Amino acid sequence: MTSRRRVHARLAGVILAVAAAMVLASCGVTRGSDDEGHRRLQMWIPNSPGGGYDLTGRAATHVLEDEDLTGRFEITNVLGASGTVAMQRLLNAKGSNDVVMTMGLGVVGAVYTNESNARVSRATPIARLIEDQEALIVPKDSPYKTVEDLVDAWKKDPKSVTIGGGSSPGGPDHIFPMQLAKTIGIQPKQVKYIAYDGGGPLTTALLGEKIDVGTSGPSEFEGQIKDGSLRVLAVSGAERLDNIDAPTLKESGVDMVFANWRGVLAPPGISEETKQYLITLFEDMHKTKGWQAELKRNGWIDAFITGDEFGTFLKEQDERVATTLKELGLA
Amino acid sequence: MGSFDLLMQGFENAFTPTNLLYACIGVLLGTAVGVLPGIGPAMTLALLLPITYSVEPASALIMFAGIYYGGMYGGSTTSILLNTPGESSSVVTAIEGNKMAKAGRAAQALATAAIGSFVAGTIGTLLLVLFAPKLATEVVKLGAPSYFALLLLALFAVTAVLGSSRLRGFTALFIGLAIGLVGTSTGQPRLTFGSPLLADGIDIVVVAVAIFAIGEALWVASHLRRRPLDIIPVGQPWMSRDDWGRSWKPWLRGTAFGFPFGALPAGGAELPTFLSYITERKLAKNPEEFGHGAIEGVAGPEAANNASAAGTLVPLLAMGLPTTATAAVILLAFQSYGIETGPGLFDSQPILVWTLLASLFIGNTLLLVLNLPLAPVWAKLLQIPRPYLYAGILFFASLGAYSVNFQWFDLLILLVIGLLGLAMRRFGLPVLPLIIGVILGPRLEAQLTEALAISSGDVSTLWSEPVAVIVYVIIGATLLFIIGNGLRTMANNRKVDA
Repeated sequence: MTSRRRVHARLAGVILAVAAAMVLASCGVTRGSDDEGHRRLQMWIPNSPGGGYDLTGRAATHVLEDEDLTGRFEITNVLGASGTVAMQRLLNAKGSNDVVMTMGLGVVGAVYTNESNARVSRATPIARLIEDQEALIVPKDSPYKTVEDLVDAWKKDPKSVTIGGGSSPGGPDHIFPMQLAKTIGIQPKQVKYIAYDGGGPLTTALLGEKIDVGTSGPSEFEGQIKDGSLRVLAVSGAERLDNIDAPTLKESGVDMVFANWRGVLAPPGISEETKQYLITLFEDMHKTKGWQAELKRNGWIDAFITGDEFGTFLKEQDERVATTLKELGLA
Repeated sequence: MGSFDLLMQGFENAFTPTNLLYACIGVLLGTAVGVLPGIGPAMTLALLLPITYSVEPASALIMFAGIYYGGMYGGSTTSILLNTPGESSSVVTAIEGNKMAKAGRAAQALATAAIGSFVAGTIGTLLLVLFAPKLATEVVKLGAPSYFALLLLALFAVTAVLGSSRLRGFTALFIGLAIGLVGTSTGQPRLTFGSPLLADGIDIVVVAVAIFAIGEALWVASHLRRRPLDIIPVGQPWMSRDDWGRSWKPWLRGTAFGFPFGALPAGGAELPTFLSYITERKLAKNPEEFGHGAIEGVAGPEAANNASAAGTLVPLLAMGLPTTATAAVILLAFQSYGIETGPGLFDSQPILVWTLLASLFIGNTLLLVLNLPLAPVWAKLLQIPRPYLYAGILFFASLGAYSVNFQWFDLLILLVIGLLGLAMRRFGLPVLPLIIGVILGPRLEAQLTEALAISSGDVSTLWSEPVAVIVYVIIGATLLFIIGNGLRTMANNRKVDA
């Protein structure tokens, strides 16, 4: 009996030692967690690892940690209903002063299509970080050589043009063609839009010529664009992109600018002090070389605005998306 | 330089100590995440993406490929031992695998899974080397109508596994199809009861774990007092000659199902595992053994899921087309190195591509070496007394469901469907048709919606593609054959009566 007890005691000792080592090790990781200038924060991300918000959110936390602006981040992917679940959770975390969430245009619309009242304008706006352009992409042998060709055919018979995008209704790839249609005088309801589950299936459909036009961010198609199997008719932003040889919509005679964007929100009801701290934090991050390198590496357009300016922008986006979705009967 | 020389050069590069180390880490990590339900290879890869900042492209991709293949292996271990599939592609394995384990043949089940995966993975990788560039341009021609026809064929094949009672079989199938209806896949919320938490539908792994593991744990618990526990017999540690004889054909047939489905952009890994299961059940010499632990029912599906993993790399490497979540993350890794993916990859990065292909062979071999000796060790796990074993199963099942989103709601779903599993055992409903309903229902609907949306509702689009027509002819011919057989039996019976 005594020998067994001794074994137990020794085992307990080993476990304690391991636990102590783990605590010590984690102290090393959470450098300066008590220091006010190095708060430990949580970053929530409303889609799965590898998705758009995930890449942006992780790039931001990576820079913030590396440049020693904060303590370690705890990153959580909150999945469900294209971001609606995460948005709801953020609003429920009212007053939590250690939470930020990466989000973007897709979440704005998803909230409506999922019939939730977790509007993005109810959260505390911290900063808009980046913009991504949308592109009109066609297969190599498409009869449409320019935006004009497409617009003519589309106006003549809206049902004759099948458009596919990588996001579900309410997402940027869906909102973009709807607003484009409205700009050129086609009822959004008449637009034939097929939702694909991300860039991969959309590329397949384009290469197989199952759809006429794809609307999506062009970065996922770089390989196919470069080798000529897919062509870009136009990009949606105010200026051309460096790496893609295509005009803007404005240059092509369509008076419209559209951008997909991503930014950071905090829960509602946080103190003014916390809000200022978070805004300053992202302002500092924006100035670092590390962040500029991330922008370049991912092909993102710098679109930094903060606080109330971002809040006004959010409200305007919220209304614009809601109007489009209402016209479609989706909100 | 021919493909073969390039491959040899790839082996040379892959055999550096660093790259071998990364391959080892990859397969170990992959096996680990495959074992745990809830985190799959796609999520693991995504979390490891930051290593692309500091690691050589070849090494990182070798590790990623190892994780991918390892995940396909690992999923089968818990399926067989604990009736708790870690991935959707190893759901089918649990059906016969766990029955084998209970009959004291866990080691054989694990071994046939390991060797089958090795055989399929190796043949699949070989096919990939030979055909990737040619095959890729063909597969994109298949559209929604063809996939719809293929899925319809699969649904038709379910009737072969409905079990002894048609009524119970169809009931189970329709419950499965109903579970598959939950979500907003059509753009409108359906059966979500106003909750965004149900908007993405119910995950197939959660359904399988609940029906298999939770349902069974509850069933066993409800019988604990009434009858003594059956002891799981201690079996042979290795596969017998008979096991080998019964396994090799399913391995090859499973590969034949898995690779093409993996190469198809919307093929996936679940469909071939289940087609392989049905085929083996039809072809088996002792079909009555199915449902009680038939080794063919493990060998075939396990080969199929690994071959499909190899198939997935065809569109990925040859066209830059990701067809699974895991492949999408591998593509991201390519991009974060600034490597252009797409049709030019084989020409612009021959060394990288062929090193990756060579490392797939190495990873496969490592997995076999790792898993085969472990099979008898794992099998000993079942010697744990029942109450503790089931406590462990419940723990892993709950952990898996919870870890996806850290939400009590997912545990609730697990419990509700677990109770359904208990009820199904009580009333003798077969489990397989339900699982197939959950897998096929949403995909069948998605393809039909896509096909009809593109054609603006014109139904003739459904037979507008050659593959679709061929599949319909097969379905028609089988139907005629069955009806003909039925009539003949009836006529014979009448003669006997007269």
